[in-house]
Amino acid sequence: MPELHHYTMNFGPQHPAAHGVLRLVLEMEGEVVRHADPHIGLLHRATEKLAESKPYNHSIGYMDRLDYVSMMCNEHAYILAIEKLAGIQVPERAQYIRVMFDEITRILNHLLWLGAHALDIGAMTVFLYAFREREDLMDCYEAVSGTRMHATYYRPGGVHRDLPDEMPQYAESRWHERQQVERLNRARSGSLLDFIEDFTQRFPSCVDEYETLLTENRIWKQRTVDIGVVSPERALQLGFTGPMLRGSGVEWDLRRKQPYEVYEKLDFRIPVGVNGDCYDRYLVRIEEMRQSNAIVRQCVDWLRSHSGPVMTDEHKIAPPEREKMKMGMEELIHHFKLFTEGYCLPQGEVYCAIEHPKGEFGIYLVSDGANKPYRLKIRAPGFAHLAALDEMSRGHMLADVVAIIGTQDIVFGEVDR
Amino acid sequence: MQDRIRQLGSELQRAFASKLQALDIDRNEITLTVGAPKLIEVMRQLHEPSEFGFEQLVDLSGVDFLEFGQGEWDTHTATSSGFSRGAQKASFGRFTFDDAHPDRQLDRPRFAVIYHLLSVSRNLRLRIRTFCEDDDRPMLPSVCGIWSSADWYEREAFDLYGILFEGHPDLRRILTDYGFTGHPFRKDFPLVGHVEVRYDPEQKRVIYQPVSIEPRINVPKVIRDDYRFDADDREESDA
Repeated sequence: MPELHHYTMNFGPQHPAAHGVLRLVLEMEGEVVRHADPHIGLLHRATEKLAESKPYNHSIGYMDRLDYVSMMCNEHAYILAIEKLAGIQVPERAQYIRVMFDEITRILNHLLWLGAHALDIGAMTVFLYAFREREDLMDCYEAVSGTRMHATYYRPGGVHRDLPDEMPQYAESRWHERQQVERLNRARSGSLLDFIEDFTQRFPSCVDEYETLLTENRIWKQRTVDIGVVSPERALQLGFTGPMLRGSGVEWDLRRKQPYEVYEKLDFRIPVGVNGDCYDRYLVRIEEMRQSNAIVRQCVDWLRSHSGPVMTDEHKIAPPEREKMKMGMEELIHHFKLFTEGYCLPQGEVYCAIEHPKGEFGIYLVSDGANKPYRLKIRAPGFAHLAALDEMSRGHMLADVVAIIGTQDIVFGEVDR
Repeated sequence: MQDRIRQLGSELQRAFASKLQALDIDRNEITLTVGAPKLIEVMRQLHEPSEFGFEQLVDLSGVDFLEFGQGEWDTHTATSSGFSRGAQKASFGRFTFDDAHPDRQLDRPRFAVIYHLLSVSRNLRLRIRTFCEDDDRPMLPSVCGIWSSADWYEREAFDLYGILFEGHPDLRRILTDYGFTGHPFRKDFPLVGHVEVRYDPEQKRVIYQPVSIEPRINVPKVIRDDYRFDADDREESDA
C-alpha cells in the first residue's frame, strides 16, 4: 500500500468559491485539511493611508468601497467617529434615515451572502431569488443618492438630502417588456417611503421562500450542520463579532448593548445560535433579515409622521443651502472654506463602532487638529474572522473549507482595506 | 454610561497605580498609557475573568507620530516672490520615491501601538497605548498568548509600520506584495510608493519599475486652533 504524504494545495486567488481574491495555501492529508494559511492583501489599496492625505469628507467615498456589499454601514462608522470628535448633534430625522438605510443595507448584505453561500455549496436557485430582492433595495439606494452601490449618502451632521418624493421608473426596452415594466413601476409610482413600505410587506414571504429551499433541505444540512464549530470561549478569543459571535451563542449586538442613533427607541430581537456551526449562523442571519425588515418598517412609520431637517445647521461642518449661499456673504464664506479646505477637528482620538452586517465595524480616528485625519484605522470584522479560518477548517474536508469561507461572509474590500 | 466609565477609571487606577504612565478619560473613552516592560503584566490582569474580564482584543493598530501636529500652511517667511506657504514639501503625500524625509525632533517616541479591548460580560471598552522605546528598531512584546486575535493584527502592524512583536509565533508580512520592501504606512513612506508593476511585452513578463506618477495633493494640511474645541469650553458644555 502506498504511503500517504502531506501535500500542499493552492486555492485561489482566482477561484469562484474564494469570494474575491483569497489565496489559500492548504496543507492536505488526503482530502483532509491539516493547516490552512490564507494569503490576503491582493486587494490592498491602502485606504487608511489615502484617507490621511485628504480632508475628512473626501474619504466618505472610500468607505463605500471597503465592504462593497454593505456600503452605507461603512460610511456610518466613519461619520460617527467624526461627529463624536467634533461633538456635533444630528437631527432626529437624519438619525432615523440612517438607521433605516443601515437595516436596508443589512438585508442587502445578507441576501448576497445567502445567495453566494448557497451557490458555493450547490444550491443555485437561492442566488437568483436573492438577487431579485436585492434589485429593489438597490433602487432605494439609487433613489436617495443617485448611485446603486457607492452612495456617499451619509455626511457628518446628517445625510446628504431628504428622501425623494418619487422613485425612478423603468422604461420599456429590449430587456423589459411592457407588461413587466408596468408591474415593476406599480410599486414605484409613489414616494420612496411608499416603495420601501411595499417592500417590507413583500419581504417576509420572500424569506419564507429562501427557507423553503434551504432550512430543511437534506443536502444543505449535510453541508452545514456540525461544520466549522466554534465554542463561545474561542469565538471571543478569536475576536469574532456580529453573526459569527451570535452563532456561537453569545448574545452580543452593539445595536442593543451600546446603542447609537435611535436604536434604543426601536423594537427588535437578537437571534442567537446554539451549536456555533455553519447551520446556526445561517439561521441567525435569516432571522436577522426578518428583524431588519421590522426595523425598516418602524422607521418608515416614524419618517412618515415626522418631518424636519436632515442636516445640522452647523455650517463649520455642513455646507449651507445652495440658495442661501448664492445670496449671503456669510454662507458664501462657509461654502468656500468647506469645499477648499474642509474642516478641522480638535486634537484627540476616538473609536466608534457600529453593528455592521458582518460584525463590529470600527473606526479609530486620531486627529492632530488638522483638516485631515492623522491616523485612521479601520477595524474590519472580516479580518478577524478570516484569521480564524485555519482553526475552523482544521480536520475538515476540502469541500468544507468552501462552506466555512461562505459562512464567514468574507468580502475582500474590507479584509484587505 | 458616564458613571460606569468613571468607575472603571478608578478601578484601573487602584489596580495599576504604579504601572501606568497615564490614565485619560476623554469623550467617555478611557486610554491607559502603559510602558512596554509592564505591558504583558497589565494585559494579563485586564484579560483575567476574575479581575477585569476584557475577553476580546477588538483592534490593534500602529501609529507613526513623525508628522504629528505639523501643518503645511504655516507661513514662516515672506519674500518678494511670495509667502513660504506650502512651498516646502512637508508631508508624505508630497514626496516622491527618491526624496528624503526631513528629520524632526519629536516630543515623544515615534511609534506607538494602540490596543482596543472589549469586555462582553461587563459591556465596557478600553484603549491601551504603548510607545515603542526605540525609534529605529521599534519592538514590543506580543500579546498573542493572551488573545488569539492578536496574531493577524500584529502581523499587520509589523507589515505596515515595521513594529516587531517579540514572541509572535509567525511574524510575516500580511497585506503587502510578496517581496515588498519598506513599511508603507510610516509617514516617511511616500504616498505614491516606490515601484509600480506593469507587463513588459518585450520580456513577456510582469516587471517592477520605479513609479512614474507624480505626487499630487490638492488640499494642504491645515491646523487651526478653533475656540469651539478648547478644552475649557467643552467641559462647560458637557456639564
